[in-house]
Amino acid sequence: MQGSRVEILNEGGFRSDGRKQYELRDMTIDLAQQGQADGSVVVTHGLTQVMVSVFGPREAKMRSQTIHDRANINVEVNVAAFSTGDRRKRARGDKRILELAATIKSTFEPVVQTNLYPRSQIDVFVQVLQQDGGLLQACVNATTLALVNAGIPLLDFVCAVTGGVHSTSPLLDLTLLEENDLPNVTVAVMPKTGKVTLVTMETRLHVDRFEEIFRLAGEAGKIIHGEMKNAVRSRTTALVTAMGSAPRVGGGDTADKDGDDRMNEY
Amino acid sequence: MRPPSPSIPEKEFLFASLKESLRLDGRLPMELRAPILTFGDDLGWVECSLGKTRVLAQVEGKMVKPLPERPFEGMITIHSEISPMASSEYEPGRPSDEEVTITRMLDKVLKRSDAVDKESLCILAGQRVWHIRLTLHFLSDAGNMLDCACLAGMVALKHFRRPDVEVVGDEVTVHEPTERAPIPLAIHHTPFCFTFAFFPDPATPPIIDPTQLEQRLSAGLLTIALNAQRELCVLQKLGGVPLDTDEVLKIVNIAVQKAKELNSIVDARLQEDWSGRKVEVR
Repeated sequence: MQGSRVEILNEGGFRSDGRKQYELRDMTIDLAQQGQADGSVVVTHGLTQVMVSVFGPREAKMRSQTIHDRANINVEVNVAAFSTGDRRKRARGDKRILELAATIKSTFEPVVQTNLYPRSQIDVFVQVLQQDGGLLQACVNATTLALVNAGIPLLDFVCAVTGGVHSTSPLLDLTLLEENDLPNVTVAVMPKTGKVTLVTMETRLHVDRFEEIFRLAGEAGKIIHGEMKNAVRSRTTALVTAMGSAPRVGGGDTADKDGDDRMNEY
Repeated sequence: MRPPSPSIPEKEFLFASLKESLRLDGRLPMELRAPILTFGDDLGWVECSLGKTRVLAQVEGKMVKPLPERPFEGMITIHSEISPMASSEYEPGRPSDEEVTITRMLDKVLKRSDAVDKESLCILAGQRVWHIRLTLHFLSDAGNMLDCACLAGMVALKHFRRPDVEVVGDEVTVHEPTERAPIPLAIHHTPFCFTFAFFPDPATPPIIDPTQLEQRLSAGLLTIALNAQRELCVLQKLGGVPLDTDEVLKIVNIAVQKAKELNSIVDARLQEDWSGRKVEVR
């Protein structure tokens, strides 16, 4: 049941959720530990929420999948039935979900330094909690953060952003409403070199329009990288301070000449 | 059953020769294998081969009741299960990673890109629509089955003719092909699919239409589906070697060129086949 048509971009330059053309959605990153996972994160882009847990590198459960000189990355995606507007349970072998898992796996295979862990397995479990557009983007960003949180060595961050074109104006970070209406592309970049590691586009778009939005999305990936780095840094600082390994302020304790750590009074 | 990985001498030889822009089958890096299209007696039966890779596509249509939420549109379904006939690495039942990729790509290129006009498939709104069924059989895998399958599917859809239907009020009469000439499907645009392979050494140029060995040893694949009117339908680079934005755009331009060439080849072949058939008007 379609109500009144919502304007994608009005004359004032505002989108349906009040953002400007090139404005990204609010991004929150929660790196608190979840269960027994080695690394876990809950990432939200606006209303899209994704939780990723990483286990590994650990002994391979599936012996047949081991590779003799590298670790095997196993990605499983589970989309909650309550994640969309209307409750819909997805079949286990749903091709779209399998494709999402295969995409995440092939995106991270050249990024994770798997040659350091031969015959091991790194499990990535993606749980989609809320969907409001930009699902692949959220999954890729969350997987990067979870791998970083687990301490698995990576060559670089992988930062993903969606982009779309509304008549001739490019938009960034699309919501579900915009994704359904406009041709859109998801781009993931590695910020250190600026190179593109993942590009998917499923809708018809003229080549010239594509060039514009492609370059823009590459630039936007760097902004996401800034957010991710801040989150990781603040989490690490918090942990290091709590463990008492933080550098002491105020001249250092000369009372303990052996250099042992003093018990902190809490 | 996973096939054995290529041996180290094979790998080194391939990388060394690709660095000098020499491919093992003598092609240039940006040269496609010449597509050979064979049409069957039935309309909508096409076998496409790119070198030794062969895919068979068949289109058939029947009248069904439309979906309740879309009473004015016909339905198109694509059936593409890879059997072990293509290669022993495919197992019946469990779809491998590559099979999922191929099935999803075919879905995006042929269905999501709106190549065929679904509203023209409507006979009687809310009651009768055409259900077009495209079945793909993968006969042989010598690398790049995806491009071959997309080409076969698209040509089959262009080749197919559905029976002429007359609607008077609420009555629907289907005319036999012997009574009235069957009509082609309404096709908006013809998307073609091109796959490029990249290799770990950045000095190696990318190649188009990889063979099986090249595909297995590649460090990344970039698949572009576009039509001759410079519109991109699908662009997919799923991981693999990271590329500069300029490199990706260069590849897109090469694909635009190839799409134009392929379009003229396909049109010429379809014309040739159609003129060979006898369509009499009594």
